[in-house]
Amino acid sequence: MKYSSQSVAMPYFIAAIGLFVGQIIFGLAMGLQYVVGDFLFPAIPFNIARMVHTNLLIVWLLFGFMGATYFLVPEEAETELYSPKLALVMFWVFLLAGAATILGYLLVPYATLAEMTGNNILATMGREFLEQPLLTKIGIVIVALAFLFNITMTMLKGRKTVISIVLLMGLWGLAIFFLFSFYNPGNLVKDKFYWWWVVHLWVEGVWELIMAAILAFVLIKVTGVDREVIEKWLYVIITLALVTGLIGTGHHYFWIGTPAYWQWLGSVFSALEPIPFFAMTVFAFNMVNRRRREHPNKAAVLWALGTGVMAFLGAGVWGFLHTLAPVNYYTHGSQITAAHGHMAFYGAYVLVVLTMISYAMPLLRGRAANDERAQVCEMWGFWLMTISMVFITLFLTAAGILQVWLQRVSSTPMPFMAVQEQISLFYWMRLWAGVVFAAGLVTYLASFFVKGESKPLIHA
Amino acid sequence: MSGTFTKAMARNIFYGGAVFFFLLLVALSFDTMGGLPKSDNRANLTESVLRGKHIWETRNCIGCHTILGEGAYFAPELGNVYPRRGAEFIKAWIKSQPTGTPGRRQMPQFNFTDQELDDLVAFLKYTSEIDTQKWPPNIEG
Repeated sequence: MKYSSQSVAMPYFIAAIGLFVGQIIFGLAMGLQYVVGDFLFPAIPFNIARMVHTNLLIVWLLFGFMGATYFLVPEEAETELYSPKLALVMFWVFLLAGAATILGYLLVPYATLAEMTGNNILATMGREFLEQPLLTKIGIVIVALAFLFNITMTMLKGRKTVISIVLLMGLWGLAIFFLFSFYNPGNLVKDKFYWWWVVHLWVEGVWELIMAAILAFVLIKVTGVDREVIEKWLYVIITLALVTGLIGTGHHYFWIGTPAYWQWLGSVFSALEPIPFFAMTVFAFNMVNRRRREHPNKAAVLWALGTGVMAFLGAGVWGFLHTLAPVNYYTHGSQITAAHGHMAFYGAYVLVVLTMISYAMPLLRGRAANDERAQVCEMWGFWLMTISMVFITLFLTAAGILQVWLQRVSSTPMPFMAVQEQISLFYWMRLWAGVVFAAGLVTYLASFFVKGESKPLIHA
Repeated sequence: MSGTFTKAMARNIFYGGAVFFFLLLVALSFDTMGGLPKSDNRANLTESVLRGKHIWETRNCIGCHTILGEGAYFAPELGNVYPRRGAEFIKAWIKSQPTGTPGRRQMPQFNFTDQELDDLVAFLKYTSEIDTQKWPPNIEG
């Protein structure tokens, strides 16, 4: 750690990991509800568990992005953070607002929560991933603006590198596109159309800028490859991401009441969306192969390479699998979508945040890298979580193919619930893969507590 | 990446490409908005439908069901539930929840008034009449 104000990243990382644990607990509960339908009913019905699962994911990734930014920007700008105090205040605001929202989901009937929090003034709730009460949404905007102010001011007074400029563009985009969550017209088609301006333009748009910038930063640090080379790659990757991903939004506009030309546009452009992810994989491996130093933090290198590979598989390959309109006609809204969602989020965003945490946490704790034994433990966590996520995805894909066949392709289509019973074996196997994932997460957590000799702090 | 392809070139292609394709997305969105009246069934967007959509949202139906294929995959597609089941079945079904069948997926009881049930059905009927390019493939959704 070069600047003392980078230490504000620490609470953000700890909160991110804590909420990650919560996300997985609810994920396991839902996995069980898929096969034992009345589990936890009526205390925590599936829709509530799912809302907690997905909202925790979004919130912890945002904590991760913010922590990563607070660590990265001072170092890139070569100056202290504009206001560490503001960063800490916003940390508590965000954490308390997040916790209150989750408790609201769990303890108050959703309709009552909506009434209590002003949803009758401006109705924004009850749409997938944007279920947060109006007050929480406003809170997110305030936290985001304070955060962006702090980061922008830091950058303005220091060195402006390509990495921090790209990161900042991604973060500003994140905040700006979130504003569409306040637009909820009564016309369902319009509602859905602009809902994707938050969801798609986040995960297949501006978040890719954030991801690529964080990955580029860590790769510079652990490989020592020339900044010029890495920054050129960074531009190429984000160009590919936006050129394919912006019109690629069209793959969500096939069957929601929008004109048919989106089937062509969406299919062609989103078929190209794997390219930026493939470029990211090649980039990560290329830089590590050309490394000019052996960084003592081997675990961080593993996470970085894992990000490249898993993002390509989850977002790229599993995305392509069902993105062509004639295929999507059958797979839309099936377990294939769920399979893709799980591996894409894990591969791209979970792993890039954990890459940054893996690199930064030892530095924040005053050492260049953790003890060998701690790193081995951390790498076990990586492999257990990653391999089990591959299996979760494979089982859901198998379930999805059968579901599509029985319910949509067959000449004697079966009703939804009858199909669900037919494919329950795969849901059981997904659940067991989920248990292994949880074991991997526990292993990962344990790695933070493995004691041993720490490597001396070198200024990298 | 040879020396002929410089960082400045990469940067210019990025800004040019990003701006161009974002503007293209905006232009296509304008075009889509112009064409929507033909497909989005807005003629039937009554007060009752709007109330029904509000009920749909404030009970977080999307947390289990899909509607036009979007949502959660735990419970049946409801974009075409109106032609699949009809108004009376839908209302009777919602009123009789939860089934309490051991081990079976359960839907909460929402204690709707008759007016609220009618609004919800109106919303589902309106949704089923949106032109979705013939999706879903069959009535099972």
